[in-house]
Amino acid sequence: MRRIRAAAVGAVTLSLVLSAAACGGGTTDGAGSNSQPKTLTYWASNQGASLEVDKKVLQPELDKFEKETGIKVKLEVVPWSDLLNRILTATTSGQGPDVLNIGNTWSASLQASGALLPWDAKNFEKIGGKDRFVDSALGSTGVQGQDPAAVPLYSMAYALYYNKKMFKDAGVEKPPATWDEVIATGKKITGGGGSGIGVEGSNLSNNIHQVFVLGKQHGADFFTPDGKAEFTSDGAVAAVKQYVDLMATHRIVAPGNAEYAQNQSLSDFAKNKTAMVLWQTASATFKAQGMNDDEWGVAPAPVPSGVPGTGKATNSMVAGINLAVFKNTKNIDGAMKFVNFMTGDAEQKILNTAYGSIPPVKSAQQDPAFSAPALAVLRETLATSAAALPQVPEESQFETVVGTAVKELFADAAAGRAVTTESVRAKLEKAQQQMPKK
Amino acid sequence: MTTTAIEKTGGRSGQRHTPGTAPRKRRPGRLRALGLPYLLLLPALLLELLVHLVPMVIGIVMSFRELTQFFIRDWTSAPWAGLDNYAVSVDFDAPVGEALLASFFTTCLFTLCSVGLCWLLGTAAAIFMQETFRGRGFLRALFLVPYALPVYAAVITWAFMFQRDNGLVNHVLHDQLGIGDSPAFWLIGDNAFVTLLVVSVWKGWPFAFLIMMAGLQNIPKEIYEAAALDGAGVWQQIRRITLPSLRPVNQVLILVLFLWTFNDFNTPFVLFGKAAPESADLISLHIYQSSFQTWNFGTGSAMSVLLLLFLLVVTGGYLLLTTRGRKASDV
Repeated sequence: MRRIRAAAVGAVTLSLVLSAAACGGGTTDGAGSNSQPKTLTYWASNQGASLEVDKKVLQPELDKFEKETGIKVKLEVVPWSDLLNRILTATTSGQGPDVLNIGNTWSASLQASGALLPWDAKNFEKIGGKDRFVDSALGSTGVQGQDPAAVPLYSMAYALYYNKKMFKDAGVEKPPATWDEVIATGKKITGGGGSGIGVEGSNLSNNIHQVFVLGKQHGADFFTPDGKAEFTSDGAVAAVKQYVDLMATHRIVAPGNAEYAQNQSLSDFAKNKTAMVLWQTASATFKAQGMNDDEWGVAPAPVPSGVPGTGKATNSMVAGINLAVFKNTKNIDGAMKFVNFMTGDAEQKILNTAYGSIPPVKSAQQDPAFSAPALAVLRETLATSAAALPQVPEESQFETVVGTAVKELFADAAAGRAVTTESVRAKLEKAQQQMPKK
Repeated sequence: MTTTAIEKTGGRSGQRHTPGTAPRKRRPGRLRALGLPYLLLLPALLLELLVHLVPMVIGIVMSFRELTQFFIRDWTSAPWAGLDNYAVSVDFDAPVGEALLASFFTTCLFTLCSVGLCWLLGTAAAIFMQETFRGRGFLRALFLVPYALPVYAAVITWAFMFQRDNGLVNHVLHDQLGIGDSPAFWLIGDNAFVTLLVVSVWKGWPFAFLIMMAGLQNIPKEIYEAAALDGAGVWQQIRRITLPSLRPVNQVLILVLFLWTFNDFNTPFVLFGKAAPESADLISLHIYQSSFQTWNFGTGSAMSVLLLLFLLVVTGGYLLLTTRGRKASDV
């Protein structure tokens, strides 16, 4: 009997604990506080060759910050495949990091969710003012006319990387500068057994980056100035078709690339199977794949004709990483100090050198470390011929639906089915109808 | 432990021997005894509430709201959408509904094939394993390996094997056996359905095998002996004895396999990533894409509720049919 009573008491206690746990969920109260001034949680994105590399790069810097301020930073490097979902979950529950990296193309989408601290003049003052940052990088921090949702941390741009050995074997003297030259070069190389250029056909984001730039070159944006989806304009259709035609018509992309989504095109490049890739900051990956720095070259990404510039001569998106403060932080002052630290000249030089990116901070960008040939191309592109992806709240939907359309078109091309203007338009039409109605 | 058990039974039998003595006094005791099972069930019930029912109810509530990225931070502020989310989901002339319907049919076909094959393989293997032979234990363990492996690790390995250029499957099929002019794509395009089916059956059949083995152990050997004496062959024994005896086991097994397969998310997600090819666009991945990828949790929830309703109807109908059939056969 005593045993039964004990079991009954246990059952009641457990039930009480459970109901208490159920009621005591997360609190989604307003702005941040300073209730935990001694610690910060930081979600870093995966910038190096692996998560481990990132930890090795960042930890000494975080230790430095702790020495300066006495604030301990708990670091978590989140892989790209999880990052956006983790941020969404943190947003709904209110339980998230204090400071986090975001892909700069997500800025407007996340801004709309209200999860991130807006960077008004007062907040910018705490990190040395808005003027410290390069304009093009600030163009990818949220919807125009609103306070930025994040500050730029690393800047990157697309460039054409080419395999010197394969170029030499095929008798190609200099890297192509226009799309016609890319196709001619690609055919020369494909004739010799390798393939001309690599794509990541199943990587939705990469597809978007490429067709966005081609769209610019055809004078098309994928959104109207007031933010409505416009995927089926002649320019947009031509841009998508031009990209898929590299495989479908010109056959300078190996059909296998249609299923690539995990940077396999870079390994093909390192194994002398693919002669060119359009990529952002590929140098670290090439090194990790066992390539020496003198085995590859880098040139500005191709344009329709002439030299890279603005408008139809755009040849890259403004790629990069932004640093944001989570609105629910329990250490708002510490978070500000941390952003100030990470965007300071000294850290900008160290981190951007480690990751092969360009500092979005003007004073740090002047450092001679960023004048090496490979980086000079990226810096020049960012300064003169890169455009920001549409800064609209529906950007991430755009990536999903149009990125999927391009993936399906590549699958068609790989299977030998014809890719026509009509089939491209039909796919984009379907993508557009899946966008939320405004 | 034993002493308490003896005391307990002793006490109870003692009570039974003296019926009618002071019944009024015992009433609170009986009440307590009646309440005790419920009290002991309380933690489980609360956990059930916490883990299953509350999220389900929240999901249903969400499906009536316009829960987009603008409101996820405080979703109680999302405006009520009435039946709009449902209207969008079942408007089969518009792309969203059309895609959902296509995904639904794909899932139905996939489930039918996968459950059928899992059942067939599992049953066949279980019947063969009834015979004693050398290495039976080893084979049994081997057959259960897919069931014991972590899903993610296993499916990632499959994804590697199905790669077009470097995968094992094409190496064997194309390079060694010389099938097809050029290596086939398994992870994109129409073949993706076959890929998904292969992985799903590989993952699912050991469970069918396990359950069938357990079921077969319960069939008395004497029946087979009697049948053999009466001149029944192996095939007849399987048809007339084994399968009818396994009926109750089958009933549960097929239902469980159906629910698992229909709802499977991990396999397509790990194989194909965020955007599955149309030929293998299973409904759970489709709903994930309609909510997480496009940040429209209201529509995603509405689709989930529709899926829930469908599964409820199917399960209810199935149970009704099978139990009625069994009652009739019992009579």
